[in-house]
Amino acid sequence: MQNMSKKEKRKGAVKERKERVIRALQEFGGKIYGQIVSGEFPWTKMPSRSIKNIFYDQKLRQYVLGNRSVKRSARNIRHIKPLTQLIWTGMFVDELTRQSKTSTLRDVFYSAQAYEMSFTDQQESDNLITDLETVVGYSREDFNVFPEERSAIFGDLTIEYTLPGYEGQRLNLTSHPDGVMIGPALTSSEFIDCKADKVIAIEKGGLFTRFIEERVHTKHKAVLIHTAGQAPRATRSFLRRLNQELDLPVYIFTDGDPWGMHIAMVIISGSANAAHLRDLNTPDAKWFGVWATDIVEYKLPSDRLTELDVKRLYELKKDPRYEGKLWNREIETFMKIKKKAEQEAFSRYGLTYIVDEYLPAKLEMAEAD
Amino acid sequence: MATAEEFREISPSDFFYRNRDIAGFTNPSRAIYSTIRELVENSLDACEVHGILPEIYVRISPETESTSDPTVYRIRVEDNGSGLPAEVIPSAFGQVLFGSKYKLRQTRGTFGLGGKMAVLYGQITTHGRTRVISSVGTSKMYEYLLMMDIQKNRPIVVKHKAHRNKSRWHGTIVEFSTEADYSRAMAKILEYFKQTAIVVPYANLTFVDPRGRLYKFDRATTLMPKAPTETAPHPHGIDIETLKRMIEATNSRTTRDFMKRHFQRVGETIAKRFLEFADIGPKKNPKRLTQDEIVKLVNAIKNYDGFLSPDANCLSPLGKELLKTGIKKELNPEFVAVYQRKPAAYSGFPFIVEVGVAYGGDIPKTDGILLYRFANRIPLLFDEASDVSYNVVNEIMNWRHYKVLPDTPLGVFVHICSLKIPYKTVGKEFIADRPEVEHEVLNAMREVARHLALFLSRKHHMERERKRLDVFSRYLPKIASFSARLAKKGKVPDVKRLLGSVAKYVEEGEAEGSS
Repeated sequence: MQNMSKKEKRKGAVKERKERVIRALQEFGGKIYGQIVSGEFPWTKMPSRSIKNIFYDQKLRQYVLGNRSVKRSARNIRHIKPLTQLIWTGMFVDELTRQSKTSTLRDVFYSAQAYEMSFTDQQESDNLITDLETVVGYSREDFNVFPEERSAIFGDLTIEYTLPGYEGQRLNLTSHPDGVMIGPALTSSEFIDCKADKVIAIEKGGLFTRFIEERVHTKHKAVLIHTAGQAPRATRSFLRRLNQELDLPVYIFTDGDPWGMHIAMVIISGSANAAHLRDLNTPDAKWFGVWATDIVEYKLPSDRLTELDVKRLYELKKDPRYEGKLWNREIETFMKIKKKAEQEAFSRYGLTYIVDEYLPAKLEMAEAD
Repeated sequence: MATAEEFREISPSDFFYRNRDIAGFTNPSRAIYSTIRELVENSLDACEVHGILPEIYVRISPETESTSDPTVYRIRVEDNGSGLPAEVIPSAFGQVLFGSKYKLRQTRGTFGLGGKMAVLYGQITTHGRTRVISSVGTSKMYEYLLMMDIQKNRPIVVKHKAHRNKSRWHGTIVEFSTEADYSRAMAKILEYFKQTAIVVPYANLTFVDPRGRLYKFDRATTLMPKAPTETAPHPHGIDIETLKRMIEATNSRTTRDFMKRHFQRVGETIAKRFLEFADIGPKKNPKRLTQDEIVKLVNAIKNYDGFLSPDANCLSPLGKELLKTGIKKELNPEFVAVYQRKPAAYSGFPFIVEVGVAYGGDIPKTDGILLYRFANRIPLLFDEASDVSYNVVNEIMNWRHYKVLPDTPLGVFVHICSLKIPYKTVGKEFIADRPEVEHEVLNAMREVARHLALFLSRKHHMERERKRLDVFSRYLPKIASFSARLAKKGKVPDVKRLLGSVAKYVEEGEAEGSS
């Protein structure tokens, strides 16, 4: 009964969100329109994204923007072009979203040229997409604008497309052995049925494939996600949906070095770059390896930390997101042993050791937590 | 058995024949330039002294194939000047250092040399004769065929004839053959005409080149500068020899009277005070002055600072209006400012500096500032870097201070008129860097540069404003249409009012700056 109502709630979540996005965009357009009609130079206000205005929110467990805001006014000669670009971007993504078409950041850059609104470079158009996120309060994936990089998912989860032409079609995410790409079609899908009871996010593609081969998804009833390094925002928000909508715990498995550690952290606490956005992080997700203490405990083959690695560790140590027992312990251990290990290091004990021995041990430890 | 050294006198024409370099006849290219220039200047003088609006026609036509070396050209120069009385025609064209210009008033030529050098050069290179036709506007006009006896400095009249002059034409026509390298001189000759058109904007100049191409420079005004009046010398411009000659010629019975009558701006008081200073009795008959007293008198003149500054009435500056007219006519600039300094003097010779500055129009963008130099209404085209104005423009002036950037298209015009232009050479191409002259040029240039700076800063301001408005008119309509589409409104809102409020600053008139 309880399960049933959750499913009901689930269904339509994507559609609802899309409607909210379109409404927000239209309101933005209406505000500007109204200003012109009343003889006012159009302007908009948005929270400042400067370093000085980014704070870590302990309650939300992510970075947020402070109270400082910036005003962009068409009266200001230096503002009028970026403001025009911002409104154009709003118009462009509004039409994308309504037509359920997707676009890459690169497309945005080129489409602008048709309106004599050329951006000087990709960076400028990317920045404007970020501005629009800040003004409207939704992420670019909500506007159907995606970066190039893609990650993949595999697991016993059935989804239903909302994409025009595929509406109502269903797919079980175990149907393709390489995994299914986490792209616009998937992120805009509704969840229908899920037999898994956890999510494992994996940094490296080789290990993701190994986990599928070793049937981790059935042995451990897990949805497997390949983050392909730092997880794209679409993947991060998808992880959050799996966690929030399906109540699945999320475990993150990365290389045992400061960079791998940070991949996990961005999934858990978000990035400073996305401080203007919500719903991209999964605060309850857990990093379960490879830990520095694992390198010691499992006697993993390891490399020396480079200067850059050490510098990064010092940065992370100061980062408010890294407060907490686990993080402190691991950073200290890294600094002590001055070593790092890749996920593949477990192969030294045989190809299946990681699945047969390490993973169950970690899962047990995590579930007991 | 030493042979006796042979001494003999040479005539002035023989001297210049042997030393033609110093008069600007170095080589066939320079010679044709100097020929044209000297003849045109004589023609202009012949008109201006009598207040006639000049009509000058110059033709150079080839007599031999232009590929032959050297090439011989026929030169013909016509003017509508006062003309020459029949009896002086032979000497005017056949005797060096004969002329009407040994007077104390401003003219282009000063030595009575240039025109004759042109004829002389033609004769020695082609052995041809010179044809002169002239009339002073009477019922007769006279035609002479002349040659020059170079050794004796005397004209030889080969043939002469009187014609009827029904139309009472006045003017002079000179025609002779000369060796020349026209193709190498062409650029300078054309530049000479163009710059002459600037500094003589009331003249009609016509030039037909050896290929038959016609260049016309039409007058832009019928106003002419005030003609100069002849004056007595200023005491500071006198030396012992001159003073002796003046004493010889005078009718004055007393030294005081002599000073008053033969020097400009010396009256009763000044004469009295000066002679006290010189310690020479004012009642003394000047003809009784001893050699020592004459030297003493000249030295006293040099050291006495109680004389008034030289009288500038003998000068004929162009004036601000004419200078501006000339610059506008030939260069069509966006902006002109001109300035005329008050008369100043060096060594007893008065001079006036006039300066103009022009921006844009036909003035090309170059790395530097284009400098146009004029002296007594003659364009100076050679040895620019040695000229006092060059130093002022390129070394002393801080143009950045006047908002001039290295690529600003700028022309600077300096006209110096004086009884005695301080040329450094007989070639009359550049002006010595006398401190008095430099001071005047610099101050005049600063004056016009201030006006230029005002203009440029206003122009920059306008440009900035126009660019600003461009940005607004480019983006506001877009904002309107994008927001209408985003807000799903059918009608695009009007941005005219908003644009209007931005445009206010720009609309103010574009008054042309000038002074």
